[in-house]
Amino acid sequence: MPFNCKPQKFSASIKAVDLGTGDKKVTLGGESVFPFYSFDGSEGNGAKVGVEISDMGLDHEPEAVKAYYAGCETMADIAKKAEAMEGADFVCLRLEGGDPNGADKSIEELVAVAKEVADAITAPLVVEGCKNVEKDGQLLPKVAEALQGKNVLLLSAKEEDYKAIGAAAGLAYDQKVGAESAVDINLAKQLNVVITQLGVKPESVVMNVGTAAVGYGYDYVISTMDRIKAAALSQDDKMLQMPIITPIASETWAVKESMATEEDAPEWGNLDARGVSMEVQTAAASLVSGSDAVILKHPQSVATIAKMIKELI
Amino acid sequence: MALTGIQIFKMTPKKNCKECGSPTCMAFSMKVAQGAVDISACPYMSEDALAQLSEATAPPMKTIKVGAGESEYSLGGETVLYRHEKTFVSKTRYASSVCTCMDDAAVDARLASVSNVDYERIGERMYTEMINVAYKAGDAAEKYVELVKKAAATGRCLILSCKDVEVAKAALEVCKDSKPVLNGADASNYEAMSAAATAAGVVLGVCGADINELYDTTAALEKLGNKNLILDVTADTIKATFANAVMVRRAALKDTDRTFGYPSIVNVAKLAKDDKAMQEALAATFTMKYGSIVIVEEMDYAMALPLYGLRQNLFTDPQKPMKVAPGIYPLNGADENSICLTTVDFALTYFLVSGELERSGVPVNLVISDAGGLSVLTAWAAGKLSSTSVSNFFLENVEDKIKSRKLIIPGKVAVLKGDIEAKLPGWEVIVAPLEAVQLVKFLKDMQANGQL
Ligand code: B12
Ligand code: SF4
Repeated sequence: MPFNCKPQKFSASIKAVDLGTGDKKVTLGGESVFPFYSFDGSEGNGAKVGVEISDMGLDHEPEAVKAYYAGCETMADIAKKAEAMEGADFVCLRLEGGDPNGADKSIEELVAVAKEVADAITAPLVVEGCKNVEKDGQLLPKVAEALQGKNVLLLSAKEEDYKAIGAAAGLAYDQKVGAESAVDINLAKQLNVVITQLGVKPESVVMNVGTAAVGYGYDYVISTMDRIKAAALSQDDKMLQMPIITPIASETWAVKESMATEEDAPEWGNLDARGVSMEVQTAAASLVSGSDAVILKHPQSVATIAKMIKELI
Repeated sequence: MALTGIQIFKMTPKKNCKECGSPTCMAFSMKVAQGAVDISACPYMSEDALAQLSEATAPPMKTIKVGAGESEYSLGGETVLYRHEKTFVSKTRYASSVCTCMDDAAVDARLASVSNVDYERIGERMYTEMINVAYKAGDAAEKYVELVKKAAATGRCLILSCKDVEVAKAALEVCKDSKPVLNGADASNYEAMSAAATAAGVVLGVCGADINELYDTTAALEKLGNKNLILDVTADTIKATFANAVMVRRAALKDTDRTFGYPSIVNVAKLAKDDKAMQEALAATFTMKYGSIVIVEEMDYAMALPLYGLRQNLFTDPQKPMKVAPGIYPLNGADENSICLTTVDFALTYFLVSGELERSGVPVNLVISDAGGLSVLTAWAAGKLSSTSVSNFFLENVEDKIKSRKLIIPGKVAVLKGDIEAKLPGWEVIVAPLEAVQLVKFLKDMQANGQL
């Protein structure tokens, strides 16, 4: 008897969400198969890779990242260099400086940075807040307003602040809403339900369902994404069919493997290689679990993951 | 494929003698089909019927043992495709590569590197378990045998990737007792390879030009009576390899096609030669998607640290959080006068924090309170790590045992400082940095400033 391959065909699919405008516009999602199961059916638009930059500039970046941006003086320079990175599909600006427990930059100042970046590039833009829910609840609506017409994705609306961010980004200014929940399929679904109840179109929502570096509670990330993709495709659960975006760099560059210096951990070897490996492996694992887009920052990671995606679809 | 009651009934002697405890052979067969009684309860079943039945009730994927002694590993035996359905049982094993195409110096360096990566992570030893020894067609058999001997001297379980039957036999002669995998069967040589593997008592690796050929060759080997197999699903491209890895596992577990019910080998060294970052990406990918053995060119710390962390996450029991017991853990010779530092009872957190504390050499009482086995922020968000939980634990379990009144708390819950101080009169609460890796410097600075 010859091998009888039984493809897993689904009539449901992940929603296709456009980011950006013009030639460099990208579409997230659209697939009707599990990640990279192209032998079963359509992979949709294929996973995308974003490059993370921060309003805090380059001071805190790893050496190789700094080296890549050498000569950049302004945020506009940095943004242009980011979009030119080999393998980059979009740019993600993190407004870390807004954190009230950190630099506590004003909303005006941060909106100006977002504008400067958005005007400098033609690639699609994702804007991430500072993770403080009160500040983000005020900041991200202002960013959405200032960047009208650019079709940006705002990360992110959470349980606590989805009303302000969802209404501004998804309704008033016609941007895309990032819905962020904490590694749990039910929480992810619930947030999509309430955001769409505001009147935001499901096609305007992208999910961040939680993330971690591999080895750091990542087991929950795998299972959450596995279960979400299964429910979206095999049960046609419309409230879980939003594409998934996963910030990787912000997690992986904060763990010991990517931080301990060579003096501190001589047996571990080259620090840059460790950081890249942590970022690349976490990104690969996330893509295989169901991320439709990953956000990275090291040029080698971006090139490698973009190449891997190309090879797999 | 599971058998129905009717199919089983056809195999019974139909005596209705009731010795099995059932009123009729038919009733008995129904129970067997449901798994309620074992077929052995009927003393009159023929050998043939028993063999057929044990085949039908066998698990969908075989567990295959490779290696010997301390280097023996179980591969396969999985019952589910996703970890949330049930715990995965046989973790992925990793192999570094040597080849007759490498010069002596490169081989020696590679083999020396194998023992470099060896460490513990939350009670699990992490190291390169295997070595893939590849034979380049046309090279002298002696050269391969010498290479195999060298690799065997490391004590690691070997994979002999060799498609030349005579060369493989010569290699098996020098290493068969360590139970290597003979990874060399394909459509053209499987009979001879199977005979060589069986004679040496080792597992045979099978490959095919495409998935259909892999299937046909595996079926042919089973027909020869060899079911001690591993499937090398590596193809020419990354895409085809991924498809093979998934289709093989899915056919076995979802469609119960037992011909594909074997563990797999994925050679990412072949798929991304000389591209280390790509090998890292692929090693992670094929750990997630069904590689029982993943072969890389060289395992170093940069590759291993994330990869083994990922594997540990993937193969843990999804139902059980890994916890450590609450209590006071004196480190670096700490006594009642040493400072206290607190964190949660999540095993991973404990392991990371205690590791850094030990590295600092500073005497510290690490105080673990019950936080439901959750990480710092998760426990905080769930209300299981709060100023009340910490202060109660100190009042009940710490104050009478420790004289120091200084308490260091994790940077991620800096917000708790004021409330803990209010609830623990007499204590000074110090906020530590965000990450455990920053603890060494933090404590040494405190020591230098006379704060300890
Ligand atoms: C896995 C996970 C879970 C798992 C829990 C697994 C577990 N055993 O903890 C599950 C799915 C159950 C879960 C649930 C929830 N989670 Co959760 N979860 C995570 C995730 C992805 C990883 C956590 C992890 O394992 N980290 C690894 C460990 C080692 O980190 P750690 O304990 O903090 O230790 C580090 C440092 O703190 C430091 N450290 C520790 N102690 C000390 C001490 C000192 C002195 C020093 C210096 C350093 C130090 O060392 C470690 C390494 O540097 C994080 C996101 C993330 N990437 O962190 C969210 C996260 C922690 N979860 C979050 C939330 C909100 C929740 C829920 C409340 C969601 C909900 N509404 O139900 C629930 C609560 C649980 C409950 N109700 O039972 C939020 C917390 C938000 C916040 N800032 O408060 C996070 C940050 C996700 C997010 N961005 O929204 N979660
Ligand atoms: S013992 Fe065997 S033969 Fe007798 S009734 Fe039971 S099944 Fe039938």
